[in-house]
Amino acid sequence: MTDGLSFRAQTRQWLERNCPASMRLPITAEQMVWGGSRLHFDTDDQRLWFERMGARGWFAPGWPKEYGGAGLDADQVRVLEEEMTALGCRQPQFNLGVWMLGPVLLEVGSEAQKREHLIPMTQGRVRWCQGFSEPNAGSDLASVRTSALRDGDEFVVNGSKIWTSYGDVSDWMYALVRTDASAKKQEGISFLLIDMRCAGVSVKAIELISGKSSFCEVFFDSVRVPARQLVGPLHGGWTVAKRLLLHERAAMSKFSEGAAPSHDPLAVALPYLMDGDGLLREPVWRDRLSHLLMDAHALALTSRRVHEEAMAGQDVSASASIMKLVQTEQEVAKYELLQQLMGHRGLGWEGDAFSPDEHDVCRLWLLAKTYTISGGSSEIQLNLIAKRVLGLPG
Amino acid sequence: MLGETAKSFLHARSPISALRRLRDERSALGYDPQLWRDMVDLGWSAMVFPEAAGGLDFGFKGLGTVFGQCGRTLAATPLLSTVVLSGGLLMQCASAAQRARLLPQVMAGDTLMALALDEGSRHDPRRVMAQASRVDSGWRLQGDKCFVLDGHVAQQLIVVARSGGVAGDEDGLSLFLVEAGAPGVSVQRTHMVDSRNAANIHLDGVVVSDSALLGVAGGGLQPLDRVLDRARVCLAAELLGLMQEAFDRTLVYLKQRVQFDVPIGSFQALQHRAARLFVELEMLTSCVAAALAAIDADDPQLPLLASLAKARASDLSERLLGEAVQLHGGIGVTDALDLGLLLKRGRVLQQSLGDGVFHRDRYARLKRF
Repeated sequence: MTDGLSFRAQTRQWLERNCPASMRLPITAEQMVWGGSRLHFDTDDQRLWFERMGARGWFAPGWPKEYGGAGLDADQVRVLEEEMTALGCRQPQFNLGVWMLGPVLLEVGSEAQKREHLIPMTQGRVRWCQGFSEPNAGSDLASVRTSALRDGDEFVVNGSKIWTSYGDVSDWMYALVRTDASAKKQEGISFLLIDMRCAGVSVKAIELISGKSSFCEVFFDSVRVPARQLVGPLHGGWTVAKRLLLHERAAMSKFSEGAAPSHDPLAVALPYLMDGDGLLREPVWRDRLSHLLMDAHALALTSRRVHEEAMAGQDVSASASIMKLVQTEQEVAKYELLQQLMGHRGLGWEGDAFSPDEHDVCRLWLLAKTYTISGGSSEIQLNLIAKRVLGLPG
Repeated sequence: MLGETAKSFLHARSPISALRRLRDERSALGYDPQLWRDMVDLGWSAMVFPEAAGGLDFGFKGLGTVFGQCGRTLAATPLLSTVVLSGGLLMQCASAAQRARLLPQVMAGDTLMALALDEGSRHDPRRVMAQASRVDSGWRLQGDKCFVLDGHVAQQLIVVARSGGVAGDEDGLSLFLVEAGAPGVSVQRTHMVDSRNAANIHLDGVVVSDSALLGVAGGGLQPLDRVLDRARVCLAAELLGLMQEAFDRTLVYLKQRVQFDVPIGSFQALQHRAARLFVELEMLTSCVAAALAAIDADDPQLPLLASLAKARASDLSERLLGEAVQLHGGIGVTDALDLGLLLKRGRVLQQSLGDGVFHRDRYARLKRF
């Protein structure tokens, strides 16, 4: 067992020496380095940081060395995360595969799958996307219809996926496919790994009301997938997916780590509301702003309380649904209010007649409409709270 | 530990039926003196005073738990007016002599005190207009106070009156100790919807000596605000407990009530409404806990947190208690069901020491907009 104190000291020292200063600043979406076949760096510091962390196996520090990790135990992984947070180190690569698929492969993948897929993830050479939702399967994910029919030592896949983030720049997809159309919904689903460069795979970007997005539709036209890419048992994909979704929350927090803070509503609002004396005299706007700030304050206090209770070993399993519900609804409410108090200036689509802040607020007002829908809609979260936390029947 | 003691004590000695009895018997005192004595024996009247002053130095986190359980059981006690408001003001701005005279009696439960502050229909300390004018070696008080909690059972009053400035000014407020039986003081009990104690007090040329002035003449607002914030947090804690009780009962009803051959709790519309109320209760729990901790830590953020907690508790109580009645259907509007008593107390708590509108305005002012 490693001496915890010296590991922390070593880790801190290494990070201080090897994490370039520019890699310690809050990160914006444009600055994210995505592992995959299109890996590229905008700055030398990005490359350095990527290469140094990769060489140490620290893209996946808790994984066994034979699969490209650093073989650290859970405590050491936590120490590394804490030291990175303390120093403000950003993630050297963003990689859905490492954070979501990798842990699942380690748990239920075959040896061949682990060797084929884990190492390229830890080297940042392969980019993964998630193929779950379909036009007919959103909240009701178990209704997936994309079929995978066995033909010799291959599956032939037909159908489509929707809301696939970054589908147009990804190398591989992990997908839920239907392998038994006669069984009960959840019992006829399999978990399949699909090479996006296969013949028959096509991708179309989805434009949102807010403009361009990372979301895509992915179409499968008789795509042949080797049977060895089946993860877990045939027809056992629903269980694999549930395991994967457990890792989603931790993955989401890595995405938001060190992200630049979103708009401070008071700072944005005041110039639009102040009169000549610098006072906010309009009582209705003042009251609405006060409401908004109080909501945010209550959420921050709740987030802190959840963290403290988790640290104290209490059961905080209810909190995930509550936080997702409240955070997203508050973002919607915030941008609604900001857009409204900007008046028509908050409704510019493009061009320099509007300030960058005004454009941001308008686009975010529109994009925020996705927050309460994706990742488990507000209605689904309410169902979960009602049934699992409050024990209401049905 | 304290929470468990408070819970079992109050459930045994003062469940909701105790308030119902006080109401139905038209109790002149509006509280049970024996119950108060037992609470004093448990240390509740000394809990938040420093050891140096003879108190237990237990802090407001503990008192908050007591208030929460009082909310659940609707226990009628002089805790807020005597201990938190008046005792708090004695600690903040009384002279050593004043404190020595009154604080031991407060802690022993022997003297009840009340703060006479409000004048308009809604809480607004800055709008105090009752006059305090200088006379030979003393002061003359003239004015009308209303919604004085425990006003008709208190032996000692603390009256907020204006010795300078005009209504709306922050400067010029003074605090005076006034005997309830002093010449010129007339107390009229007001019968409130929650069956708890409140009174209007008319001050007609009430003369008090210099030794009745608490703290600095004209400088009363600052210590008053500090004590009011502590009281607001206690009220938020009581309101939270009350709402949790109402919510728990509603949940039981949703699971038990069968209509159309199924428990009505299986209807998604009702499930979503219940889930949303639960989420709001969790958020409020965080706010109240943070505010109580801020009192004990002497955190400069206390005014902000007090307004946050009182505003949210007030607003949520409006929604949650209304929903609780609605979700109970017909029986929800009957007097027989305890829910009505929770609703009524909830509303009085909402209006005490500033509702959501008042505190959102204050929050904005504290945030400088």
